[in-house]
Amino acid sequence: MIAVELHKLVLRPRIWVNILLLCALPIIVGVFLKTADFAPPPGQGGAFLSAVRGNGLLFPAAALALVLPIFLPLSVAVVAGDSIAGEAVGGTLRYLLIRPVGRTRLLVAKIIALVAFVLLAIACVVVSSLIVGIILFGTGTSAAGGAAAGAATSLSGVSLTHTQLTVRLLYSIGYIVVAMIGFGAIGLFLSTLTSSSLGAALGALSILITSAVLQTLDAAAAVRPYLPTNYWLSWVDFFRDPVFWDSIDKGLLLQAGYVAVFFGAAWANLATKDITS
Amino acid sequence: MIVTRGLTKRYGSVLAVDAVDLNVRPGDRYGFLGPNGSGKTTLVRMLLGLVYATSGSIEVLDQRMPRGGGEVLPQIGAMVEGPAAYPHLSGRKNLSLLDASGPGGSRRTRRARVEEALAQVGLSGIDRRPVKAYSLGMRQRLGLAAALLRKPRLLILDEPTNGLDPKGIREIRDLLIELNRAGTTVFLSSHLLSEVEQLCTRVGIVDRGRLVLEEELDTVRGATGLIELRSPDAADVASLLNGQLVTRDGENLVIRHEDPAALNTQLVAAGLRVSAITEQRRTLEQVVLEVTGAGSDRVDAS
Repeated sequence: MIAVELHKLVLRPRIWVNILLLCALPIIVGVFLKTADFAPPPGQGGAFLSAVRGNGLLFPAAALALVLPIFLPLSVAVVAGDSIAGEAVGGTLRYLLIRPVGRTRLLVAKIIALVAFVLLAIACVVVSSLIVGIILFGTGTSAAGGAAAGAATSLSGVSLTHTQLTVRLLYSIGYIVVAMIGFGAIGLFLSTLTSSSLGAALGALSILITSAVLQTLDAAAAVRPYLPTNYWLSWVDFFRDPVFWDSIDKGLLLQAGYVAVFFGAAWANLATKDITS
Repeated sequence: MIVTRGLTKRYGSVLAVDAVDLNVRPGDRYGFLGPNGSGKTTLVRMLLGLVYATSGSIEVLDQRMPRGGGEVLPQIGAMVEGPAAYPHLSGRKNLSLLDASGPGGSRRTRRARVEEALAQVGLSGIDRRPVKAYSLGMRQRLGLAAALLRKPRLLILDEPTNGLDPKGIREIRDLLIELNRAGTTVFLSSHLLSEVEQLCTRVGIVDRGRLVLEEELDTVRGATGLIELRSPDAADVASLLNGQLVTRDGENLVIRHEDPAALNTQLVAAGLRVSAITEQRRTLEQVVLEVTGAGSDRVDAS
């Protein structure tokens, strides 16, 4: 069943359109950065953007910072929201269940397909932005900053070697995948509640927006540590020297909680639900 | 094959299925009839474990449902409320994904299984077009192919000929009869009386959630005690059988009599010509109208 779900995932044209759009945003930003003569001042237009001009190898990190707040969760919400509700509205859910595919098994396969989508999407963004970054900005050897050949500068100002950069980028990807799975769990749960994919996706997005609004509101400081989006950007801490683990750990713990609660709720709902679609 | 006892499903305050005792025997071609909204689909969904019963028990292929679903469902082919397929994929791809989704059957023979099911429903020549380009009839055939894919012992079909033209309906009927002769039990839920009348050997009629009749079709369609007769000497027949005549319309007469053979002999002996004579039987339609109320899609002011 897992293989079938993965097969269905890659056979869907909309998945690839989705990923294509995700990859397009950083490329567009990259082209503008290249054609403009000045670097954006640090703090404007997302993390790493000012450093990218000096070293194209940092562009994947900048790209992730660009897609993470809205674009990536949007794609995840669409895919997660579609996972059960899409089958229900197309009528294929009932045929899968009488094939028979156990309800728990189906849900597990859907979760794995969702994780696979997140990995695939992020991998595509990283690879495409790495290629574009190297083409547009070089690998830092000709950078004017006076840094050693092939080195990038961490956010704390210390130089990072290629290996260090790669390792930290991989850690970041891992962290973002976990964050997206936590968010996807919410979408998947909503997808078991309704037979409208759009409804489930919009529901997940409204939770995202609410969370983002409350995060900036001091009056809501009490709930801030529990908001799903609260630690999303903590992966930036991987690029500090030394790595600042505190909020990364908290973020992982929080996402694990979201995953457990919402996948559990999705399972409880689907396993006991009358399938009338 | 299918035995339910006191099967009940309640949605809030609505009683969709009310204490139904269904009994489908091996080898039956069972027609399950009822007006729209009478609970047919809910019952079918309960048989397949899609909807959970409020109370009562279900046994399918001698196992309790939904608990035994893992063993029972692989032996059932079903079509519930119309076919469904992934619209962006071809019919073949849909069938092979469905085949791969569940247990049983090796990957090597998958292609052969898919081709055989497609051939059975008359789709062996379909190309790589996606299902969204299919006509309603083709989708219906594809849904049927999906039900036949695992060579089921029991077929549960809800309106299987929906969207087919007369020739297609005939083909599907012949296919179902052929499968039934080879040992497949067929449970057909429909509101098309003619379909049930031409295909089934037993009928169950459900009305407002209750099973109001379950009987052999031949018994249901019992003799009415009348004989329909056509004769060029209609006037003489009418005067000969004066007390038994029910109606007369030109050459056509309806006569109250138990035995067409005896009546025929009597008329011929009297020198009267008979061009047609048949025993009148109740139609399924009469029976259904007798035992059921208005469907729930009719909403009268009260």
